[in-house]
Amino acid sequence: MMKPMLGEAWLAMGANRLRTALTMLGMVIGVGAVVIMLAIGQGAQYAVQQTISTMGSNLFIVLAGSFTAAGVRSGSAGGPTLTVGDAEAIAELDGVANVAPTHQGSRQLVYGSQNWSTQVIGTTPPYLDARAWNVVNGAAFGDSDVRSSTRVALIGKTVAENLFGDEDPVGKTMRIQQNPFMVIGVLGSKGQNLDGRDQDDTVIIPLSTAQRKVFGTPFLGSVRMIMVQAESAEAMPRVEAGVEALLRQRHRLREGSPNDFFMRNLSAAAESEAETTRTMSILLGAIASISLLVGGIGIMNIMLVSVTERTREIGIRMAIGARQKDILAQFLLEAVMISFAGCLLGLLLGLAIALGINAVTGMVVVISGSAALIAFAVAATVGIFFGWYPARKAARLDPIEALRYQ
Amino acid sequence: MSEAVIRVVGLGKSYATAAGLFPALKGVDLAIRPGEYIAIMGPSGSGKSTFMNLLGCLDTPTIGDYWLAGENVAQMDNDALARLRNRTLGFVFQGFNLLPRMSLQDNVALPLVYAGVDKETRRAAARELLAKVGLGQYAESLPNRISGGQQQRVAIARALVNKPRLILADEPTGNLDSHTSEEIMRLFGELNGEGITIVLVTHEPDIAAHAKRQVRFLDGQIVGDHLTEHAP
Repeated sequence: MMKPMLGEAWLAMGANRLRTALTMLGMVIGVGAVVIMLAIGQGAQYAVQQTISTMGSNLFIVLAGSFTAAGVRSGSAGGPTLTVGDAEAIAELDGVANVAPTHQGSRQLVYGSQNWSTQVIGTTPPYLDARAWNVVNGAAFGDSDVRSSTRVALIGKTVAENLFGDEDPVGKTMRIQQNPFMVIGVLGSKGQNLDGRDQDDTVIIPLSTAQRKVFGTPFLGSVRMIMVQAESAEAMPRVEAGVEALLRQRHRLREGSPNDFFMRNLSAAAESEAETTRTMSILLGAIASISLLVGGIGIMNIMLVSVTERTREIGIRMAIGARQKDILAQFLLEAVMISFAGCLLGLLLGLAIALGINAVTGMVVVISGSAALIAFAVAATVGIFFGWYPARKAARLDPIEALRYQ
Repeated sequence: MSEAVIRVVGLGKSYATAAGLFPALKGVDLAIRPGEYIAIMGPSGSGKSTFMNLLGCLDTPTIGDYWLAGENVAQMDNDALARLRNRTLGFVFQGFNLLPRMSLQDNVALPLVYAGVDKETRRAAARELLAKVGLGQYAESLPNRISGGQQQRVAIARALVNKPRLILADEPTGNLDSHTSEEIMRLFGELNGEGITIVLVTHEPDIAAHAKRQVRFLDGQIVGDHLTEHAP
């Protein structure tokens, strides 16, 4: 029953090619929009995930609090409220993967006749683990370097290029604040962070060396910032609460008095970016569904015309034994076939445009099989939904009236 | 005497019009035995078309009973009526009513599609019947490539394809010239000779003369029923 009907539906579509093509156009545009929406939406999501993974996942930072001296208030991390001891205590908490106290600032680097201003980060070895940062050339410094305040440095790719050019920086000695530092490793490239800042334009040195030789500090053992990494995204809220409680207890803060430190969730920033992308996807989805709606109405319209034109044919088919459901199935099949054909063309069009966007703007697009599946499911739904009324109208014709129709 | 293939008792049909209920058919009784060749005559408005629609299971009566091949049709639902039209009846229309986009072979095979017959059997049956009506060589042609008389032969082949108990022909020669009409009537004569029951509606006496029995309608009632005098 199904096979001869497919052939007949194909014949009916071919009988009026221009009309069929124009009817399909709405579906083509709708499905094309769905494909582009999914390609760009998934692409943006992928790009954000990439950014988060270079920044390090499940991270938050604790900043030293502000202090007020003679009516002048410092900004955050201005006061000496956080200590290395705090960092060591946090590391003992359940669910914490890595803890790295850091002290950073901008300094001028000198090597031979070259000089370069960059961000200097004084920290401990877990910092590299927390940020999933590896050393591609040379080796990282260890805990012993932190204990004995050795003057060694890891440099980012941008620093290596600007200060050393074509030379291999490992083993060379450069100066930070007049102090000679030996470069022991070059860090792998991370690219830009969410703010667009170059993460490779940086130098990492042991925390104690930074405090004593580079930045100076009001009293030894105080730090400006502690980076904390939770073991998993699920552990994040628990770890954040645990750190806050621990620090309040260590700092002997009474109930009701404000924290003398600040906490910032870094992943949250990236997630808000992902949220923006999702909003954009929803907008594109709205456009796509409107075109599919219009496309579906177009199919319904042309099927109604087709039923009227073929009233006599319907009468003949009924006279020779077609049941109402046979007529219903025939017209429904025709609507679904128009819808599917439009969907196929829409897929190709959407794919071509998505690849074009990628080629012209360099925007990341992700083309997945699930997008094609969604498009076909939508096309079948539209075909059946909008084909139903005309098909039912055809099936309910009175055979005598239909046979008499000129 | 064998069981009647058609038996109608007190069959009536009324239509609602602006002027009230209009009785198109007022209690008709008729029995048709297998192998009969019967012409139904009468002027327009006499109720013969209404009667044919009821016989053809295209319509249901307002009152009365209709037994077709032993089954009471009067109270059947749409699907059951479609099944009777498909398997028990074969229609031949004045306007041939072939589907213009299909080859002659596919046109003849169409009732078999609705009967759920497989493709090879459909093909073979359609070929055989096209050969029987003398158009085997046009199997792959479209209807507009052949003449009106030839189209009516194809329509007859289509009516025969499901081996029906009877053929209902509604003014089958109305669109044909006298020479072609003779050919079609000869074909009906041959089919009846093979034992197929034929019911023919016409208003032309010389066409009705080919039938063995003539029934005359007037004002929704049968006013005459007699055997043709010079029946072969």
